[in-house]
Amino acid sequence: MVEWTDFERDTIQDIFSRMEYDVVGPAALARCLVVYPWTQRYFGGFGNLYNAAAIKGNPMVSKHGTTIMHGLDRAVKNLDDIENTYTELSVLHSEKLHVDPDNFKLLADCVTIVVAAQLGKEFTGEVQAAFQKFLAVVVSSLGRQYH
Amino acid sequence: MSLSDKDKAAVRALWSTISKSSDAIGNDALSRMIVVYPQTKIYFSHWPEVIPGSIHIKEHGKKVMGGIELAVSKIDDLKTGLFELSEQHAFKLRVDPGNFKILNHCILVVIATMFPKEFTPEAHVSLDKFLSG
Repeated sequence: MVEWTDFERDTIQDIFSRMEYDVVGPAALARCLVVYPWTQRYFGGFGNLYNAAAIKGNPMVSKHGTTIMHGLDRAVKNLDDIENTYTELSVLHSEKLHVDPDNFKLLADCVTIVVAAQLGKEFTGEVQAAFQKFLAVVVSSLGRQYH
Repeated sequence: MSLSDKDKAAVRALWSTISKSSDAIGNDALSRMIVVYPQTKIYFSHWPEVIPGSIHIKEHGKKVMGGIELAVSKIDDLKTGLFELSEQHAFKLRVDPGNFKILNHCILVVIATMFPKEFTPEAHVSLDKFLSG
């Protein structure tokens, strides 16, 4: 089980309570698809991903980005049991979607960068540490059912 | 990874915007790194204190950004241009290369906080490729 300090809990909950899901989600997913183009292979059915402009304007990318961010809500609400919270999603990503779990980390990095851009100075080193710790636990939980 | 002409242009353009803040970026990135990835502090155990914003961090941040400025100027041949620095980090400082990725990420986060408008996904991908090279 993961131990969270009060600062970490408050920081994570604060960030998500102010989060614009339909801005951050689409931006993070689009960034991931642009910066790490091999991730596009998982979205073959999404239509036009030929260049950055197409990716950013693609409505399916936007919708899925928002979905992913709301998926993080589950972890925020269950900080003390993130592993079990993601059992089903982990099975889905491994058995059905066949996503290489290394890619979860790449997307997490993109989410961090988008949130950093949104919060600017507020995104101090301590806030970044708490946020990245949270994402690391999520990423690890999503990878658990792969073995 | 080879940089396309588009990548090089993007890096040069982004650098010209951010270079005047390079001291602040270096300080913030290194300070962040030792807070978010405390295992990196071992490389600085020769300093009396390893805390964010300390004078050692500020000076070293300047050095690191100087190295990046050098890399921008040698962008057409990073391997030769950065050969000495690469040898120094490998043989003298013995830095695990995984840590370069960590510092890269921190630099990207700092640029995102300071220049959100300029740091588009296109600029991000070019800068990421450049820093990885």
